[in-house]
Amino acid sequence: MLEETNVKTLEKVVVRFSGDSGDGMQLAGNIFTNVSAGIGNQVSTFPDYPAEIRAPQGSLGGVSGFQVSVGTKVHTPGDHCDVLVAMNPAALKQNYHHVKQGGVIIVDIDSFKEADLRKALFATNEPFKELDIKAQIVEVPITSLTKEALADSDLDNKSILKCRNIFALGLVCWLFDRPLESALHFLRKKFAKKPAIYEANAKVINAGYNYGANIHATVSTYRIESEPAKSGVYTDINGNTATAWGLIMASEKSGRPLFLGSYPITPATDILHELAKRKDLGVKALQMEDEIAGVCSAIGASFAGNLAVTSTSGPGLALKSEGIGLAVIAELPLVVIDVQRGGPSTGLPTKTEQTDLMQALYGRNGESPVAVVAPATPTDCFTMAFEASRIAIEHMTPVILLTDAFIGNGSSAWRIPDSDEYPEIKPPYISADKASEISWRPYTRDEKTKVRYWAIPGTEGLTHRLGGLEKDYETGAISTDPVNHERMVYTRREKIARIADDIPQLEVLGDEDADTILLGWGGTYGHLRTAAQDLCKAGRKVAFTHFRYINPLPSNTGEVLRKYKKVIVAELNTGQFADYLQAKYPDVRIERINKVQGQPFLVEEVIEGVTRIMDEK
Amino acid sequence: MENNEYTPANYKSDQPVRWCPGCGDHAILNSLHKAMAAVGVPPHKTAVISGIGCSSRLPYYMNTYGFHTIHGRAAAIATGFKVANPEMTVWQISGDGDGLAIGGNHFIHAVRRNIDINMLLFNNKIYGLTKGQYSPTSDRGFVSKSSPYGTVEDPFIPAELVFGARGNFFARSIDVELQISQEVLTAAAKHKGTSVVEILQNCVIYNNGIHNFITDREHRAERTIHLVDGEKMLFGKDNERGLVQDGFLLKAVEIGKDGYTIDDVLVHGSHTKSNFLHQQLAMMDGTDLPLAIGIIRDVESLTYNEELEHQVESVKSAKGFDSLRSMILAGETWEVK
Repeated sequence: MLEETNVKTLEKVVVRFSGDSGDGMQLAGNIFTNVSAGIGNQVSTFPDYPAEIRAPQGSLGGVSGFQVSVGTKVHTPGDHCDVLVAMNPAALKQNYHHVKQGGVIIVDIDSFKEADLRKALFATNEPFKELDIKAQIVEVPITSLTKEALADSDLDNKSILKCRNIFALGLVCWLFDRPLESALHFLRKKFAKKPAIYEANAKVINAGYNYGANIHATVSTYRIESEPAKSGVYTDINGNTATAWGLIMASEKSGRPLFLGSYPITPATDILHELAKRKDLGVKALQMEDEIAGVCSAIGASFAGNLAVTSTSGPGLALKSEGIGLAVIAELPLVVIDVQRGGPSTGLPTKTEQTDLMQALYGRNGESPVAVVAPATPTDCFTMAFEASRIAIEHMTPVILLTDAFIGNGSSAWRIPDSDEYPEIKPPYISADKASEISWRPYTRDEKTKVRYWAIPGTEGLTHRLGGLEKDYETGAISTDPVNHERMVYTRREKIARIADDIPQLEVLGDEDADTILLGWGGTYGHLRTAAQDLCKAGRKVAFTHFRYINPLPSNTGEVLRKYKKVIVAELNTGQFADYLQAKYPDVRIERINKVQGQPFLVEEVIEGVTRIMDEK
Repeated sequence: MENNEYTPANYKSDQPVRWCPGCGDHAILNSLHKAMAAVGVPPHKTAVISGIGCSSRLPYYMNTYGFHTIHGRAAAIATGFKVANPEMTVWQISGDGDGLAIGGNHFIHAVRRNIDINMLLFNNKIYGLTKGQYSPTSDRGFVSKSSPYGTVEDPFIPAELVFGARGNFFARSIDVELQISQEVLTAAAKHKGTSVVEILQNCVIYNNGIHNFITDREHRAERTIHLVDGEKMLFGKDNERGLVQDGFLLKAVEIGKDGYTIDDVLVHGSHTKSNFLHQQLAMMDGTDLPLAIGIIRDVESLTYNEELEHQVESVKSAKGFDSLRSMILAGETWEVK
């Protein structure tokens, strides 16, 4: 294909599928992603759905999108897309501004009738002019071509129309030279129980592909570079699934059975779904009657000796606060997953934010320290869910894992690790023999780590009582002694602080002579790293670091920050991590880049922000 | 299950009991120690989980595994505990405020799931630990610190909630009825599924004598009926009275009067699957009909924890994965050489 003049070779491309929330855009996007990953591309996806399950057809509020970047050096789903598929005028209006200069917009022109335009609140009958679109518009009669392809099918009209997304997928597969056989393979799996639907979709995807081949004189096609990845077996994984699997790995490495107590909440529910399926690995996942019961059942399971987890999003974390406090004072291992979304209150349930940091760190009554960790990417959710479990068990504490809608729903190709790539997790058990040897009491602790021993119920000789009332440091009996209380407060605090000896140090990337460092935490990693790289390429001296361990911070944090004249914290809130760092390191000059729109950063926004701050005196 | 291996003392912890002198909780604790010894589950295979309130201090007085948790949540915590460690026998201790107000949601759902735990509901119709507010079981018009002019709301009848949540075990006792308490607690322990035992308990400080209408020695025989499976529903000082069917309702009659003979008196069937009669028995309040104590309903049904274990075992053996990796490899993957 290289010899053809109309082929563009690109390091990476970004495609955005958009349509009504019932149009199957997520499916088309997912198949495109899997096919691309299967031929060796790196992938990063960003599903963007409305909060309503089915808004009125053709309305602006009902537009569902799926953006994917494929190629090499892919760290984000891309700021802007090379190709936009818009199945109706509402999708066009909501998404045209995402298209790059020189990009292509494919529209289903059959859905651009006057009535459709009115539903999307167009004032005129010339939508492209009205929006002043500069990109190349490719008008494809997707609806009529889909019907034509299925003219001799027995399917009813409604089922036929449901295949339009796959026509669009066929067209995009042609545009990017994706193998149809692989796409057919995914369709066959998806519709394994509905062979008639599979047959129809197979016809339609071919029709879309062939249509592209026939109009190729008018559109450029793309050749996407791929680079050899580390050898191994790969799968496509989103952050929520990675989180669930990381917990299972921790269960295997600790020997403690995995228990989840949860309650459905967007965008965290997929973790419950995945773990509910994993009964095949012995996982017990309970859908409880509310968020509080979710965390409380997990606390019960933890007391009983399991690796206990509860999963939720911001509003649910608020409801779980009192329960988490119980696990703090009872010093029981507990993993609390918060897939952050826009708040406060119900806020923006399907959109991403990093606005729960302060809630995670401080949102409980009393002096109630917990460990907080935050994965950087969808695949890092696996590692950090493992880490959260390891810290919870080995340090007998609740750990809050802060992911977000962006990395929870986003996916990447992931090399399936061997079990021996992860360390053994060693629960701080007490045995009956050791208990009598050291005159064990429920709050007897390892003096080095301040960790209380874990006595598993059912063991003879270890019966004991825990509770939410303050306990005596020595005997573990209820105590209201003022000095003892203060001692216990500082002990619990010190226990969390000492986790810093057990986590990796901060690493710095980028220019070695830089006097400015860009940093972030959690799910913004891809955008920030790309921004830092692009700045360095453009000759700006910028270093970059990223925090995945939030409480405690890596032990070299102060040392790293003090090396730079300007420390720029970029985050999707009004400055919570910046405030946190500033409080800990008052001598460091902290600058901020913030965004609170329910959307991830654009790389260009970060570059702009960093440049502005660097150029200030 | 009966054995002589354990005595009540084996279930007592070394902690001083700190309830008010004269509190009904002391008697219940003693009955519980005795019932546990009678059932014979070893202390280290027993867990006692409570919420917040006077009654919820109980785990500290047990030489078992124990967890004194947070207000209202004991049922949820006990649920997680039992599912995670099904070998343990789990007792959950709540009061009327803890279990039916702040914890009402967890209470009904635990009963609905039929998780195999034994729930003790200490009902003194008052908030004691916060010094005297009305509770969800206080009668309409009840005057308390938070209802100085009397409440304007109807109370829950705990049994009615249990039946509403499709409960399969409900028993009732009175703190002073040590023998009956021990009998119902033993039966609760043996019942597979959620066993709810309501114990009418006197708070000497804030609600002294609230159950007097029932417990008063002079009237107790006429105002209560001790139900025993397979036995005639008789009550009164000399068992001279009985319960008979009157249309769809129950009626208290004097045997030998108005043409009623002993043959007309109903026989209690706690194992009857239909809960129609059990509900009527449980709703009797000591006025027109005697308050029922003893085991009112005791019906075997599928338990949540056992069904979950069965499902896990059957899915595990159907899929045959030996690790996370083997599960992932069975899905959609590709290899890079």
